Amino acid sequence: MTSNGFSVIVQRDLRLAARRRIDALLPVVFFIVAASLFPLGVGPEPQVLRQIGPGIVWVCALLATMLSLTSLYSGDHADGSLEQMLLSSHSGVVIASAKAFAHWVLTGLPLIVASPLLGLLFDMSGDAISTLCFTLLLGTPILSLLGSVGAALTLGLRSAGVLLLLLVLPLCIPALIFGSGAVVAVDAGMSARGHLSLLGALLLLTVLGAPLAGAAALRISTA
Amino acid sequence: MTLPTLRAEGLTYRRGEHALFAGLNLELPAGCLMWLRGHNGRGKTSLLRLLAGLALPDSGRVTWGGVKLADAPDFATQRTYIAHANALKDDLTAYEALQFLAALHGRDATPAALHNALSRLGMKQRQRAPVRTLSQGQRRRVALARLALERAPGLWVLDEPFDALDVDGIGVINALLEQHLARGGSVILTSHQALSITGATPQVHDLPGAT
Repeated sequence: MTSNGFSVIVQRDLRLAARRRIDALLPVVFFIVAASLFPLGVGPEPQVLRQIGPGIVWVCALLATMLSLTSLYSGDHADGSLEQMLLSSHSGVVIASAKAFAHWVLTGLPLIVASPLLGLLFDMSGDAISTLCFTLLLGTPILSLLGSVGAALTLGLRSAGVLLLLLVLPLCIPALIFGSGAVVAVDAGMSARGHLSLLGALLLLTVLGAPLAGAAALRISTA
Repeated sequence: MTLPTLRAEGLTYRRGEHALFAGLNLELPAGCLMWLRGHNGRGKTSLLRLLAGLALPDSGRVTWGGVKLADAPDFATQRTYIAHANALKDDLTAYEALQFLAALHGRDATPAALHNALSRLGMKQRQRAPVRTLSQGQRRRVALARLALERAPGLWVLDEPFDALDVDGIGVINALLEQHLARGGSVILTSHQALSITGATPQVHDLPGAT
């Protein structure tokens, strides 16, 4: 075996996304549009915006990530590509990791890039914006990894989209709390180290556990 | 080195309360072609999935050289499974789709090998066309071009390979099957059409009625 299954799958997913640009841009467009509506609805008071900004950006990031999760495996399942991946000599862990990584590159990374813009919109300080970006850098892989487990578990089920939300959203709450909490702490002039450490620990735990769970879920869903 | 024998012993597979087959035995040694027959819904595809290692039986076992499939070290690299679904992405070109499958399965994914394989299947002129623009028969040809990349004797598990193919396409697949059997590979396939292969005599395995 000379091919690297991880890079083969990631490259293919990135190439497919490049061919379907509108679909690929949907999460980041949703993220920007949804978060931009809040200052219009809540009002332009800077103090209020600074207070609610981190939470809103994080919730919008979470929802934007969920948008593209239902299609993470469903297309490959429908056209037989997923069967071929599972039949290859690459382990299910490699396949689940590659799919989650490609999802993060296509969804999480653009959210991180767009987040400073939203930080400015919510009148955040430079430090708070940097922290927001850093928390999203730590947190969005968690969302992609947990989401990939949910997507694998609900593969082929009716109402998979709703089930996926019900399964994954509660699991993402700790990341949401520590992610937005870190930015709030920095904005209040306190240290965000505790929040960031917990977010880092969550990321580590998810990186270690989610691909294993995703691989098992794929085997169950395709058997 | 001789290819191991694929053996199914006492296979039972249920869908709900309904047994698609029970106590099924079959043996596929190296160099043999097995034609799996049966009416619609008798479990041909399910049996192929069991033999490919994609699903587990309710009872019985499938072995490769006497070792259970999950424990057989070389089974994943020696088996080529082409399902009814072609495993091609609409947004990739025929060339890219084949390249992905070849690289995924550790086969020769060099441009020369891929061009040759697509040419063999008569898809040279359409190799840069997006899969979505191809006809059913052309898509099937691209999926089956994987067979033209095979160099070593292995196990081919093919679900209705002749579906949507014209006479020329069937001829090419027959030639690939003969070549594969001659180098010591083994093949199990389903087909609703009578086999027209002349260079080998298929073992016929009829699936009994469901209970």
